[in-house]
Amino acid sequence: MSKIIRDRQIVEDNATILRLNEDGSFAAVPAEGVVLVSLKQFIAQKEALLARGNIGVWFAPDDEPEELGDEAKTLAVIAVEFPAFTDGRGFSIGRLLRERYGFTGELRAFGDVFKDTLNYLYRCGFNAFAVRADKNIEDALKGIDDFTEYYQASVQQPQPLFRRRETV
Amino acid sequence: MYIYDDYDQKIVDARVAQFRDQTRRYLAGELTDDEFRPLRLQNGLYIQRHAPMLRVAIPYGELNTKQVRVLGEIARKYDRNYGHFTTRQNIQYNWPKLEDVPQILADLAAVQMHAVQTSGNCIRNTTSDQFAGVAHDELIDPRPWCEIIRQWSTFHPEFAHLPRKFKIAVNGAKEDRAAILVHDIGINVVKNEAGEIGFQVYVGGGLGRTPIIGALIKPFLEQEHLLSYLDAVLRVYNRYGRRDNKYKARIKILVKAMTPEAFGAKVEAEWAYLKDGPQTLTQAEVDRVTAFFVDPAYETLAGDDAGFLAAKASNPAFARWVERNVFGHKKAGYACVTLSLKARGIAPGDASDKQLDDVAALSDRFSLGEVRVSHEQNLILPWVKQSDLFAVWEEAKRIGFATPNIGLLTDVICCPGGDFCSLANAKSIPIALALQESFDDLDYLFDLGEIELNMSGCMNACGHHHVGNIGILGVDKNGSEWYQVSLGGRQGSAASLGKVIGPSFAQDEMSEVIEKIIKVYVDNRHPDERFIDVVDRLGIDPFKTYVYAGRAARKEAA
Repeated sequence: MSKIIRDRQIVEDNATILRLNEDGSFAAVPAEGVVLVSLKQFIAQKEALLARGNIGVWFAPDDEPEELGDEAKTLAVIAVEFPAFTDGRGFSIGRLLRERYGFTGELRAFGDVFKDTLNYLYRCGFNAFAVRADKNIEDALKGIDDFTEYYQASVQQPQPLFRRRETV
Repeated sequence: MYIYDDYDQKIVDARVAQFRDQTRRYLAGELTDDEFRPLRLQNGLYIQRHAPMLRVAIPYGELNTKQVRVLGEIARKYDRNYGHFTTRQNIQYNWPKLEDVPQILADLAAVQMHAVQTSGNCIRNTTSDQFAGVAHDELIDPRPWCEIIRQWSTFHPEFAHLPRKFKIAVNGAKEDRAAILVHDIGINVVKNEAGEIGFQVYVGGGLGRTPIIGALIKPFLEQEHLLSYLDAVLRVYNRYGRRDNKYKARIKILVKAMTPEAFGAKVEAEWAYLKDGPQTLTQAEVDRVTAFFVDPAYETLAGDDAGFLAAKASNPAFARWVERNVFGHKKAGYACVTLSLKARGIAPGDASDKQLDDVAALSDRFSLGEVRVSHEQNLILPWVKQSDLFAVWEEAKRIGFATPNIGLLTDVICCPGGDFCSLANAKSIPIALALQESFDDLDYLFDLGEIELNMSGCMNACGHHHVGNIGILGVDKNGSEWYQVSLGGRQGSAASLGKVIGPSFAQDEMSEVIEKIIKVYVDNRHPDERFIDVVDRLGIDPFKTYVYAGRAARKEAA
C-alpha cells in the first residue's frame, strides 16, 4: 500500500501500474485489485480487460489521447506518467482527456511528481498525485495552492481571468 | 503603460512566495540541484561563472522611472553597482547572492516587476519595437497585444515545460524593429481591407545553431482569435517538438521537419477545437488593455522647433547626435531619443546604478517619465520635446550616454560572452571594446555610415550575429578562443542571414580583420552606398580575398 493525494486528501492506494515486459510483450494482468494498463495493452485487449473490471489506463508522454478518444468516458481512472517533471507533454494529455474527450474520472499524475509540479498539474485537470516516495506528501499537497489566481482558462478554471475580472 | 490591478499583483506576489519557499528548501537540501535548476531558471536565475545571474523581465521593453530607480537600487544593494541590458529588452545582474534573490523579487514586485519566465524552457518575455506607440512609421500600437500575450503566457499551466525556450515578438510598424522573422513566433499587427485589426503569424524563425527565417502560416488572424490560435501552435509544439536532443528542440526544427505547410495544417486542425472557446478575446478586454496605452499628457506643438533647428545648424556635434540618436516621433514637435549604451571602454549594454538614477531623473524632467529598452541594448526616451533636445543632449553627455553612434559600426550588439556566461565558447566584450577603440574617430565612423555589427560568444546567438551586417561568432577550438566572421546579414522586414567568409581568426587578429573588411567597403562603395548594399552588390568574395590574402594558413577548421 502506498499513499497518494486524491481530491486534496492523502489516501491509501493499491492500484498496480502494469508495464510492458522488457521484450515489448504484454504482461499478464493480476487477478485481483485495480490495475492500470498501458494504452497499447488496453487497445489490444480491451474486451477482456473490461470484462475483468477494475481496469484503468496509463499514458506515457508520447501516447496519443486521440487513440483512446471518447472511450475515456467509460474509464474510472487514467494515469499519466511524468518520467521527468520537465517533460511537459503530460500537461497537454491531461487537458485533452478532460476538455476534448470528456473524461470525468480520476486523473492521476505519477513519476517525477512533487510539490512544485502540483499547481500546473491541478490546473490541467489532474485530481490525483502519486507523489515521489522520497518526497514529503503532506508538504507536496500544499503545492496545489501555490497560485490561486490565474490568467488562462484551464480545466480547473474554465474561464480566463479576462472574462472574470472585476474592474474597479 | 500597463498598470497592475489586484489580480496581477496577487499573481506576481504568489510567485515571490513560491520562489522564497523553493530557495529555502534548496538551501535546506530538500530540493536537489537537478530539481531546483528548472525552477530557478523560470525565475531568471542562472548559476554562472562567478555567481548567480538574475535576469529581470522588462515586458516589451517598457519602463517607468520608478521602476528604473528600483533597477538602480538593486544594482547598488545586491550587485556590483551595474546591470546589463540584453538583446531581449531585459536587464540582468551578474553578481547577486542566491540567498538574496527572493528579496530582490519582492523588491521588484513592489514596482510591478518580476523575473518570471526570463529563462527556462517556457514562453519567454514578449518583445517588441522600442518605439512602440511613438514611432512615426507605426501602423498599429503593438503594446496592448504584447500585454495580452504577456498575461496569457504568464504561468500558462500547459506550456511551462516545453521542449525548449520559446520567444514571441510583435511588430506594428512599417519597418520591423522587433526582429519578428527570427522568433519562434513573430506577429505582425495589421489591418485588413475592412480596416479590422488582425495578425500575420510567422513561426519557426530563430538564430542559434540552426538559423532560420520564420514562415508565414497565418496571413490574417482575426484579433479575437489571437490567444486560442497561440494555444494551438504551442500545443502542437509541446506535443511534437523534439525532446531527445536539445539542439534540435526548438520549434523551428519541428516546422522545418514537417514543412511550414504541414505544420500550419496541424495547427489549424488543433485550432478547430479551440477556436471560439473561452480564450476568445472579448472586445471589453481589448478595450481595457488598450486604454493603458493611450498617449500621455503631451503638448500640442506646431512642428519643428526654431530653437532646435538653430542649435542643430550652429553646433555640428549636436547635429551629429541628432542625426544618429534622434528618431522621428508621431507627434509634431516631439522626438524619440536613443541613449547609447555603447560608449568607448564600456561593455555594450551595461549601465551603472548612478546612470540608471540619472536616466530616471532625465526622463522625469524631459520624457514624461517613460523609458524604453531596445533589443540593440540601448535606452530610449520616447517623449522628448524638440525644444528640449539640446538640454537632453547636454545631460546625456554628462551621464555618458550621448555617444552619437546609433546604427553605426560601434553600436555593437553583444552578448556578455565568456567573461560572464558559462555557455560561451569565447569572450565577446574584449572584441567589442577593441573595436570601439579602433573606430573612435567620429568623423571616420560617420563617414562609414550604417553598419550593424553583432557578436555572440557561442552558437546560442544571444548577440544575434547571424543578422548582423558583420556577424562575429566565438568558437572554441581545442580550448582556445576563435572567431568566425560572416557578412551580409540584416534584421528587419527583409531579414536575412549572413554568410561565413572562411576559417576563423584568433582574438588578436580581429581588429585587423574588421579594418580590412571596412577597407574593402570604402574602396568599392558608390556615393551614399551603405555597407550592406556593397555586400549585396559584390557578394562576399572581394572581402574574403582581401581578408585572407597573404595570411599564413593556420591549422584550423572552418
